[in-house]
Amino acid sequence: MSDNGAALILEDVRKSFAKLEVLSGIDLVLAEHEVVCLIGASGSGKSTLLRCVNLLEPINAGRIVVRGEDVTATGVNVNELRRGIGIVFQSFNLFPHMSVLDNITLAPRKALGLSKAEAQARADELLARFGLADKRDEYPDRLSGGQQQRVAIVRALAMQPGLMLLDEVTSALDPELVAEVLSVIRELAAEGMTMLIATHEMGFARDVANRVCFLDAGVILEDGTPEEIFGAPREPRTQQFLQRIVEAGRL
Amino acid sequence: MLVVVNAAGWPDVRQAFFDRDLFQESFPDIARAFLLNVKIFLIAEAVILVFALFIAVLRGLPGPVFFPVRVLATIYADLFRGIPTILVIYILGFGVTALQLPGVPVSELFWGTVALVLVYSAYVSEVYRAGIESVHPSQEAAARSLGLNRFQALRHVIIPQAVRRIVPPLLNDFIGLQKDTALVALLGVVEAFRQSQIDVSATFNYTPYICTAILFVAITVPLARFTDWLVARDRRRQLAGGVR
Repeated sequence: MSDNGAALILEDVRKSFAKLEVLSGIDLVLAEHEVVCLIGASGSGKSTLLRCVNLLEPINAGRIVVRGEDVTATGVNVNELRRGIGIVFQSFNLFPHMSVLDNITLAPRKALGLSKAEAQARADELLARFGLADKRDEYPDRLSGGQQQRVAIVRALAMQPGLMLLDEVTSALDPELVAEVLSVIRELAAEGMTMLIATHEMGFARDVANRVCFLDAGVILEDGTPEEIFGAPREPRTQQFLQRIVEAGRL
Repeated sequence: MLVVVNAAGWPDVRQAFFDRDLFQESFPDIARAFLLNVKIFLIAEAVILVFALFIAVLRGLPGPVFFPVRVLATIYADLFRGIPTILVIYILGFGVTALQLPGVPVSELFWGTVALVLVYSAYVSEVYRAGIESVHPSQEAAARSLGLNRFQALRHVIIPQAVRRIVPPLLNDFIGLQKDTALVALLGVVEAFRQSQIDVSATFNYTPYICTAILFVAITVPLARFTDWLVARDRRRQLAGGVR
């Protein structure tokens, strides 16, 4: 098959932890500028899938192609690959011993070789854009959860990645802080950033995604536009999952 | 305190240990000799801080490729924590110097210091390792996901956080080291303890020992307060007003 034009291709990706198979053959293609949301119950493999894409977890079988490069081939420079993929975690994972500015400039300086001034200019521009300019010299623990997560997004963006992976980035936040993070992601989507987003925010998924994938028991059970998935899900498991979400008042 | 002062033997003890004149007389000599302890301590500490970290990092290298390295580092730590410090000092101080190897220093002071470095690096490497392992794996995941290589992640993300956490036990080991510099006296090096022994045997009065003890405490306490201050300052900077 042709690898051209797609930002990300997953072919029959399988991943097991010990005897537990978490991903049982995932096939997924993301076009450039496409935003795909992964939904599904906890433990359905959403996070593992994201961690496999930037090789934080090695896969057991299958193939992952990022912008035309087979990243699961032997001899791939994982550090170089990861520079082109931004990942944002549920628990922010900012570096607590560094100021916001240092959190953002560390990787551009050390991994990309930017000068301190260049990296800072890049960081300041991003901070200003996301309303965090006044937090530049603060330490992460002094910020609210929403601010920390926005800083984490800025930290990933400072590497100017071609693909962003978001792993339930609002799950650790108080409800009133969710909106500020989601609006940042909406802005990125509007700019054409290619994103693979694992989320429990169904309303957000419906708004922002070009496509929604329902993960269940390690496979993509249903894949369609938000209208299809949320409006008329075909699979009984998808219907059941969405029914529960509606009952919980989250859609 | 009252028990001591009212004890039957107190007058004798006071005379044998707390002789004011003798104190004044022996203090300058011992203080001068104590500078050697400080020197040994400062040099050893600088080397230990680097060498022990190196050992700790070797022990943490992942994968089967590094298995022999991990084994060697583990053997080193086990060996030098297991052998009494005094024996290591004797073996290196008298053994290696007696070999008369060309190009190898024959100074007892040098080998005494090397012995301290080897023993204390074994302890400190374990302290480092505990610190490194206490940093949550998600920190390394975050660093690596930004494209930093393993060394960069260690250098900029893991180790700085680890070191902040292990300052108190690290200080413990350094106070131990500071005191054990007196063991180098066993090789005939005249440092504070040896000097006080010389003074004691000349006068049959133990006051010079008290003098030495005071010098050791005098350097330990400020060091402890200084580290407390460093830790507190760092914590203030990182955290919004925590629980008091």
